[in-house]
Amino acid sequence: MLRKLFKFHGGVKPATHKDAATASPIVTPPLPARLKVPLHQSIGGTPRPLVKAGDKVLKGQRIGGADGNVSSAVHAPTSGTVLAVEPVVTAHASGLSTLSVIIEPDGEERWIERQPIDLRATPADEIRDYLRDQGVVGLGGAVFPSHLKLKASREKPTRTLVINGAECEPFITCDDMLMRERAAGIVSGIRVMRQILGAEEVIVGIEDNKPAAVDAMTLAVQTAGLDQVSVVAIPTRYPAGGAKQLIRVLTGIEVPHGARSTDYGVQCFNVGTAYAIHEALELDQPLISRIVTVAGNVGQPRNYEVLFGTPMNELVALAGELPGTDAYIMGGPMMGFRMPAFDVPVVKATNCVLVSSPSLFPPPPPEMNCIRCGECAKACPADLQPFELYWFSRAKNFGKAQEYHLFDCIECGCCSYVCPSHIRLVDYYRFAKSEIWARERDKDAADAARERFDFRNLRQEREKQEKAARLAAKAAETRAKLAGESGDDDKTTSSAKPSQAEEAKKALIAAALEKARQQKERAPVPPRNTDNLSADKQAEIDAIEARRAAARQEAE
Amino acid sequence: MLSALLVMTGIALVLGAALGFAAIHFKVEGDPLVEKIDSILPQTQCGQCGFPGCRPYADAIAQGEADINQCPPGGDEGVRKLADLLGREYKPLNEEHGVEKPKSVAFIDEQTCIGCTLCIQACPVDAIVGAAKQMHTIVASECTGCELCLAPCPVDCISMEPIAETVENWKWRYPVIEIKRAA
Repeated sequence: MLRKLFKFHGGVKPATHKDAATASPIVTPPLPARLKVPLHQSIGGTPRPLVKAGDKVLKGQRIGGADGNVSSAVHAPTSGTVLAVEPVVTAHASGLSTLSVIIEPDGEERWIERQPIDLRATPADEIRDYLRDQGVVGLGGAVFPSHLKLKASREKPTRTLVINGAECEPFITCDDMLMRERAAGIVSGIRVMRQILGAEEVIVGIEDNKPAAVDAMTLAVQTAGLDQVSVVAIPTRYPAGGAKQLIRVLTGIEVPHGARSTDYGVQCFNVGTAYAIHEALELDQPLISRIVTVAGNVGQPRNYEVLFGTPMNELVALAGELPGTDAYIMGGPMMGFRMPAFDVPVVKATNCVLVSSPSLFPPPPPEMNCIRCGECAKACPADLQPFELYWFSRAKNFGKAQEYHLFDCIECGCCSYVCPSHIRLVDYYRFAKSEIWARERDKDAADAARERFDFRNLRQEREKQEKAARLAAKAAETRAKLAGESGDDDKTTSSAKPSQAEEAKKALIAAALEKARQQKERAPVPPRNTDNLSADKQAEIDAIEARRAAARQEAE
Repeated sequence: MLSALLVMTGIALVLGAALGFAAIHFKVEGDPLVEKIDSILPQTQCGQCGFPGCRPYADAIAQGEADINQCPPGGDEGVRKLADLLGREYKPLNEEHGVEKPKSVAFIDEQTCIGCTLCIQACPVDAIVGAAKQMHTIVASECTGCELCLAPCPVDCISMEPIAETVENWKWRYPVIEIKRAA
């Protein structure tokens, strides 16, 4: 079937470097000595640890429970013993530590009991909760919890399900190999997602530099006998694998600023996510591993099925690390992050470990001034004005940067790639974005504090009034009581009223005085614990008593 | 002549009525400037400026009774923003009112706390939970770091802990270009 394809604006065509890693099949590396599984691996709240040091865990056992709905669970990648639950440097550009579960594998790979759920009998809500507890997140790189994306919108039913197999970033081949080797599983996952979302049509978009993957997927769809599922080869152009760009190419829908693709009845998932959903629902295997490409400065680039928590340096050693390595990059050369250390763990977001060396990725030439050539605007796939964003971000004029839709930037790096002045534009956008987020957090905190302060003042005022009212009521009550006692004899004359009020006041004072006197005269609390006193203790007490008596006398 | 007078009078009446209507119906309650100043202030409610809370300080600034450099939690950036808003000259933070510190939250050492409730009464945002002779604790997410609970504590069990940088609140650094000496 011929399908009309559309074009997105901009984009670049970097060298793909994909052939080397697709020459050999996916392999499973041997179990590492230690697995460091960070609890925070996806967008949203950090999961709570469910195990403690010394616990025995089974493969697939939940070790981190989802914290709220916008979060995703984490599981033990293999069976073994929990050595510690402690902060470890994680695969994050910041180089900061996050709470991680450190597991020493026992080598037995014993699974927990698995029981796939009956998809037909289970309501969609429960399937979503189940997916959250199976830790399924988007494996395209953004690691957004998948169960949130599988919620069909009430206002706008999902018409088209787009499956993203474009994999446009150079060096990365994990989705390509997954489609070649496990197309049946992906198609099975697609069927489940389509059922949950109620989508009429499914389009699998694959860049045309992966003919083997296109063939494998087409065959799998035919074998599964699904209708209204089309596998489409799209022109190779970076970043065709961006969700908005792929939707544009396949459906012609251009998602405008501030809207989501679901507002137009389109939802997009990565092929890796489709496979993970198939495993989670149909095999009851939680997300504990993923396909990771090891490429760059290695002897044999290839794809591995890696357990989460595997240290990256052990993985790279398998591929034959070459001398001269200066850093690992998680992701590709366009969007990847430099890792803070070599032994950071593989996490759900790790689609590729790109081994960098000065000869492969020479340090960028010095940044020069922006010459306003406009090349970046021509390359920007999000239709932004990158040079304007750059000026505003550099000048810390964040309000203006937001006016120019900084948050529509997908950080694809096309602008930096084409910049003749070698300006690392994306670094400025990342800086500006995180600064704006921090300000928004501060503003929210300030608003909350203002509200609480106002409420506290209101409460204090109210308490003061209530206390005054209570005291007034009590005084009135006493006054009424006294007036009632004395009012019996002279209620006949109305002229006695002022004097009566005065009487009442006097009586009130007298009552208070009487009360005070009684309090004074009330027998003092008898001293306790006075048996078996030593002679000098007794003498001391006597002296004190004498002083007290003298003082009392003086006062009177 | 008469018609001209009538026309002028008529115009005056109509315009007067319109102005009178606007004065009543579009009256702005409160001083909008105070709102703007208040939104710049950090709402720590610490009273270091010499006023009982951020709002009274905003009032005082609007009326010209207080200077713009009396808010240490707002820091240098806060002073700059206020200077921008009010069209005044920037001046460095007045050290009489304190110095800018990293953002912190209070922490109660629960071993030492005697449950006197004095800190609860001092907290401007009700961020301390506890009761008489019961241990108290800080609701860290609501604490503004005003330090008002430190002074009343009779056993000095409250300390200020700077907010640690985590993966969630980490910020990308400003890109710095290395300057190399020309050969």
